[in-house]
Amino acid sequence: MSSVLAAAPAADSAASGKTVTAPAARPRSTKRATRRVNPYVWYVIPGVLAFLVVIGGSFGATIYTSFTSWNGLGTAKFVGLKNYITLMGDEVFWQSFLHAGVFVITMALIPSALGLFVAALLFDYIAPRFGARISAAMRAMFFVPQIIPITVSGVLWVWLLSPNDGVINTILRNIGASNIALNWLGDPKYAIWAVSAMLIWIQIGYSIVIFMSGLSRLDPSMSEAAQLDGATWFQRFRMITFFQVRPELSVVLLTTTVAALKVFAPVYVMTQGGPGNATTVPAFFSYYQFFTTTKVGYGSAVATVLALILTVIAIVILNVQNRQGENQ
Amino acid sequence: MIAEPMPASIQLDEGASPLAGKPLKPLKLRKSELVKPGVSGWLMLTVLVIAVLAWVFPLWLTVVNAFKTAPDLLENGPVTVPTTITLANITDFWTQVNFTQKLWNSIQISGWTALLAIVLSFLTAYAIGIGRIKFRMWVLGLFMIAFTIPQEALIYPIYTMAKSVGLYDNIWSVIIFFAVTQSAFGAYMLSSVLSEFPMEILEAARIDGAGTLRLLWSVVLPIVRPTLLMLATFFFIWTWNEFLMPLVLLPSNANQTVALSLGATSGQYTSDPVSKAAAALLGLLPSLIFFFIFQRTLLRGVTMGAVK
Repeated sequence: MSSVLAAAPAADSAASGKTVTAPAARPRSTKRATRRVNPYVWYVIPGVLAFLVVIGGSFGATIYTSFTSWNGLGTAKFVGLKNYITLMGDEVFWQSFLHAGVFVITMALIPSALGLFVAALLFDYIAPRFGARISAAMRAMFFVPQIIPITVSGVLWVWLLSPNDGVINTILRNIGASNIALNWLGDPKYAIWAVSAMLIWIQIGYSIVIFMSGLSRLDPSMSEAAQLDGATWFQRFRMITFFQVRPELSVVLLTTTVAALKVFAPVYVMTQGGPGNATTVPAFFSYYQFFTTTKVGYGSAVATVLALILTVIAIVILNVQNRQGENQ
Repeated sequence: MIAEPMPASIQLDEGASPLAGKPLKPLKLRKSELVKPGVSGWLMLTVLVIAVLAWVFPLWLTVVNAFKTAPDLLENGPVTVPTTITLANITDFWTQVNFTQKLWNSIQISGWTALLAIVLSFLTAYAIGIGRIKFRMWVLGLFMIAFTIPQEALIYPIYTMAKSVGLYDNIWSVIIFFAVTQSAFGAYMLSSVLSEFPMEILEAARIDGAGTLRLLWSVVLPIVRPTLLMLATFFFIWTWNEFLMPLVLLPSNANQTVALSLGATSGQYTSDPVSKAAAALLGLLPSLIFFFIFQRTLLRGVTMGAVK
């Protein structure tokens, strides 16, 4: 960045009156003066400019707005840290992060663990016995929920889970378990787990695909040696497979953790944050402040906190991962 | 809802290029090489088949009920195949929400986004990966933000910006936003691919007097075209399935997307289960068709960045 800043005054004075001659503007060395600008710089300009305006500008505006009180109309009033202080005492804000934490478990940890297990089964248990086509077909089936629009998944799961004519409760009643045919989405105790069920359904395909590609990269000789020594499939999974796919594991955990903390649409389509605030998450909470209560400053503070947390988490995980990479 | 792959590392100069496309290697086993399944093998297969059936069960429900009559559903429940097949649910939903228009909106938004995002990311990646401009790490670091920032932290300024420039309730507001965010990701991925571009080819072309534009168009582009197409496939389907931005920026019915035709209007048109199923079927069919056409590309693309 330093040279961009250093170049700016020279350009300014040249533009302002053209009183400064070119050599005087660059007194540093003649060698510098003769060197041409890297011609490739032009190609980076559209992308960087667009990024700075659309993402940089918007994020900057959100951060600024988070220090104001504004209802979206008229002028924003600067209130300093007031929004952040209010946040700290806002029970719903903490609840929303608690729910985001639940989603980290059900959208990142559980699908990763299950996905690794299923991927290993498909790759070195099913494929060697029944052929690769069967395991590939199963992988594709598990992946299908990933490509369905979230609104469709939401509609389907609301229907599956609905208390009276829902498929799950109908089945439960038919097998004589009507006492556990509950109001899954309507009861604050279960709503977040009902949403979680859908998230597990959606996410598992992603980790299966990544882990299966990771497994295909591995050297099978170690596993074969262990097999000859009499290790069972599960022992090999625990002792060998698990350690060999660690790079994939950290990528899956990073991407899904970030995705879990960003959850918005599943909550919006399934519960609208309710019942009460039982499924409110930070993203939904800020959306709600923006467009329902029109406390734009407050919503911006929520969004800013979420963005900072996500950035810190991503940096930490990437660092850990790079260090792991260096050790290997 | 394909998760956006996160770049595995920010190092440009070392490490394998994530996009160079390690294809999903199928186990190359001939029939004779297969292990005998045995009882436990069959048992495990059964368990997995049941799991797979459970996973596609919601899709089964969608398909069978979309063609069912309401009394049929009441009488025989949701799991069975329809006794008489009706297309009324589907045609009703289609005309009620003007699905043709929704499809066209989605195609336009996703298509333009993919195209613009590819152009932007290719130009940026060209400067970084081939041109090795100074501060390339700064640029990439900046683009990292695009992965972590939630859309909620951008939505309100985008919303006011769109209003002030007259693009509110216009599909171009959504196209521009997604083209920029996705090109940040694309530039990131492509930069590491291009940084491994064979030096000899570049040198040979430069000696022949090729300028940067010539190099980009006749040397680099033809070689990375498959990678660009793969990225475009992803940009298309990500945009197709996007929810928040179209929800906020495209309030009027005439501009809504397929993904939104269900979410925002679920109570409006789809009170009874058979119409709900019909709506869901129409909503997921385009994505499903797209998936089956581009299955190999998509599955391979998901793993990009995952394998160092």
